Amino acid sequence: MDTRPDPGHVLSADRPGRFGPYGGRYVPEALIAALDELDREYTAAKQDPLFQADLTNLLTTYTGRPTPITEAARFGAEAAGGARVLLKREDLNHTGSHKINNVLGQALLTKRIGKPRVIAETGAGQHGVATATAAALMGLECVIYMGEEDTRRQALNVARMRLLGATVVPVTTGSRTLKDAINEALRDWVTNVATTNYVFGTVAGPHPFPTLVRDLQRIIGVEARQQVLDLTGKLPDAVAACVGGGSNAIGIFHAFVDDPEVALYGFEAGGDGVATGRHAATITAGSPGVLHGARSYLLQDDMGQTIESHSISAGLDYPGVGPEHAWLKDSGRASYEPVDDADAMEAFRLLCRTEGIIPAIESSHALAGARRLGERLGPDATILVNLSGRGDKDVDTAAKWFDLMDESGEVAP
Amino acid sequence: MTTTVAFEKARAEGRAALIGYLPAGYPTVEGSITALKAMVEAGVDAVEIGLPYSDPVIDGPTVQAAVEAALKAGTTTADVLRVVEAVAATGAPAVVMSYWNPLQRYGAAAFARDLAAAGGSGVITPDLTPDADDTWIPAAREHGLDTVFLVAPSSTDDRIAMTTAACRGFVYATSVMGVTGTRDQVGDAAAGLVARTKATTDLPVAVGLGVSNGAQAAEIAAYADGVVAGSAFVRRLLEAADHAAGVASVAELAADLAGGVRTR
Repeated sequence: MDTRPDPGHVLSADRPGRFGPYGGRYVPEALIAALDELDREYTAAKQDPLFQADLTNLLTTYTGRPTPITEAARFGAEAAGGARVLLKREDLNHTGSHKINNVLGQALLTKRIGKPRVIAETGAGQHGVATATAAALMGLECVIYMGEEDTRRQALNVARMRLLGATVVPVTTGSRTLKDAINEALRDWVTNVATTNYVFGTVAGPHPFPTLVRDLQRIIGVEARQQVLDLTGKLPDAVAACVGGGSNAIGIFHAFVDDPEVALYGFEAGGDGVATGRHAATITAGSPGVLHGARSYLLQDDMGQTIESHSISAGLDYPGVGPEHAWLKDSGRASYEPVDDADAMEAFRLLCRTEGIIPAIESSHALAGARRLGERLGPDATILVNLSGRGDKDVDTAAKWFDLMDESGEVAP
Repeated sequence: MTTTVAFEKARAEGRAALIGYLPAGYPTVEGSITALKAMVEAGVDAVEIGLPYSDPVIDGPTVQAAVEAALKAGTTTADVLRVVEAVAATGAPAVVMSYWNPLQRYGAAAFARDLAAAGGSGVITPDLTPDADDTWIPAAREHGLDTVFLVAPSSTDDRIAMTTAACRGFVYATSVMGVTGTRDQVGDAAAGLVARTKATTDLPVAVGLGVSNGAQAAEIAAYADGVVAGSAFVRRLLEAADHAAGVASVAELAADLAGGVRTR
């Protein structure tokens, strides 16, 4: 993990874990001791060369880092206004997404703290699979909370987690998606905190998670920035990433925050369209409040009740967003736009056909955003896209979307 | 009556105070008022009125079920204040139990003003520690409301001291590491936590999480100033054949628990 000090304009000093007015810790007192312990151990681990060496070794020999960047020449020419599109290939990580970067670090921290059990929430299942993988590797007991609705949408990932030895608990409360899986994981943590570490999957949640997960995902941008410089001799004009909780986006943004000439774009899940109310565009259409332990933007009604989100992509189907994104938005450093299901699926199709890469539906939102940026910026522009995950898990959803299967799930003639 | 007076009265009688919880709006706004009033008549010294919230992370399945139903029925923050007003009119202190987001959405200052106007005594904030936010405590102080924060078995002595210094009215000690719900046994950690808490404050200390019958209440009353029961009451409403039966069942439990806090 990169240990450069936090830029002062991002993290305010008066309260730990604050990003401007966002972030903080709004949790039951029972969890404070565990969060303090995690913060303490993480701070110590950052300074510990042995921990750094262990993590670097795993990222290299187990995950396969550094991931390459791929020039998507046909996609750029045919689908993105002729712009030069470069893909940061997080889909090539072991387990198929960027989630493993964070999980390996947190699993090492768990070992360092000496707890035998990890829990995690998952939406699309990518974070759950990554956590189950790291738990198997390091001999930790593993329980994954997943909304019942998501266990149906992502049945393949449920099977993967179980193959890896994890217990998958379908969550049947509330909207039965990621939000409720987090609630249930927090309830487990309050109960079992003495033996259990919560491996949080994104840059949301109470301090230290937004900082911890960001630092573990920063490697995406640190690698990509150098790779783009090596390939093109200059920095990209824009960086595009999809934003649910926001971990892959923060991961690629962060190394560019102090490069004012690089525009940062987060693409949120627009679902059926923001105007329909059925979406997950938290920053675009939400308002500041507190969800899952941190102050940030969220989808809420006049009473402060969380509004259920909607997206074809389980990994973006979350009514909150990490607090650092809220601050990047308010400070004007990054821009956030919605991409609806139809545009995301069109970008999905185009990447398959032009580059021979099946992207995750989550990442397809970033690809759709890149198409939009390409049209806007023109053929001289270089756009770096974080291809955060691969689409194998989404083949079923995509086959239905493109009418490749009939009603019974049989392949269409 | 304030919570302070209620605790003093109980202490004068040589017993612990009994606090009963139900969420506002379950099964209806009127229905929750009826049940809370029945609880008071049957011997509860103070009531804790839950403000329904979509993401109640410290609540177990029983409270979740009632709160989800209350929200589906359209319960609003204004409804909660109406329940407070109706129950406070009986003379029993009424405190609201609320997660932070609905409060901050209403506005900390506005909520404190309107709760005080409704006759409410204060707010228990399960996901707001005193050091998390700067707006609630001043707003509550301005309107003379109790600020009841939680201490837990995992709290360090320093955090307990910081927390009790910010409490007014009483301190809420969570008996076990876990979520709300009835338990066969209230943890051994509770007595130790109460002792550690009392070392830092003269405020009454009430113990909650898991209390489901008079015998447990008696056990806790031996070392704590107050006993809080919640899920056990909610379960009585959830499992009753109809609301009248549920209210009768709530009153029966309140009487059992009221006996418990008197047999320390």
